[in-house]
Amino acid sequence: MFLNQFLLLAAALFCIGVYGVLARRNGVLVLMSIELILNSVNINLVAFGAYHGDVSGQVFALFIIGVAAAEVGVGLAIVLLIYRNRRSIDVAEANLLKG
Amino acid sequence: MTLATILAQAADGALTETGQWVANVFFYVMAAVAIAAGLKMVTTANVVHAALYLLVVLSAVAGTYVILGAEFAAVTQVLVYLGAIMVLLLFGVMLTRAKLGTDDDLDHEQRWIGALVAAAMFAVMSYSVIEAFGTEELPLTQQPQTTQQVADEIFSTYIVPFEALSVLLLAALIGAVVVARRD
Repeated sequence: MFLNQFLLLAAALFCIGVYGVLARRNGVLVLMSIELILNSVNINLVAFGAYHGDVSGQVFALFIIGVAAAEVGVGLAIVLLIYRNRRSIDVAEANLLKG
Repeated sequence: MTLATILAQAADGALTETGQWVANVFFYVMAAVAIAAGLKMVTTANVVHAALYLLVVLSAVAGTYVILGAEFAAVTQVLVYLGAIMVLLLFGVMLTRAKLGTDDDLDHEQRWIGALVAAAMFAVMSYSVIEAFGTEELPLTQQPQTTQQVADEIFSTYIVPFEALSVLLLAALIGAVVVARRD
């Protein structure tokens, strides 16, 4: 098995996630796309861990899974707050900081 | 040779030539499922369907971890992502009262710019990956990455980041409660 096939799968999933973040208006869907991006990074870490015969890659993947859990918790709380204040979770409408 | 033996061998890191071939087929099936479900996830007009497609992608990624012999990461992926995070996201869908049917208003009008950015990014990334790692093979005789090794590594070398992660999770928990609370 080539190392590249894992890296290319990760790159494809990463770019799909980037497209999702850029193109979606629904805040929950944006969070889902971010999960996709984090997962593709995890594939890279585990693949390099297997490539170098080092267990650190897997350890970092586990750390990222933990951070992703924290991120989605806080992210959903923010999305809920936006929904409560504006009755909409369209990320394009939350533009108060726009110059 | 059954798939179970192949998977057991993949987890042990000692793949024969046939096993290698079958593991390759397994990988390409997983990759195709992941990419197809990912594309459906970012294009579907139904929020709940998007969540279920994300479930498929995450399962396929867990399958690639198994092929790479990272059994603990695969199990954690299933437990944390498929178990906890998916439920959290579905709760988010429910609490924001997203339309349960199809909804044409989920994408920006200028989504083609996003597609352009993603395509350009994929071109750059795949070029550099191929340039850097050409035909590097994963070692056939790699040692298994057992749960015991992972635990040893976490609780010796990475003990400080691990504790920091625990504090981060606690802070995120309290922060989420504070932010989402009605006062």
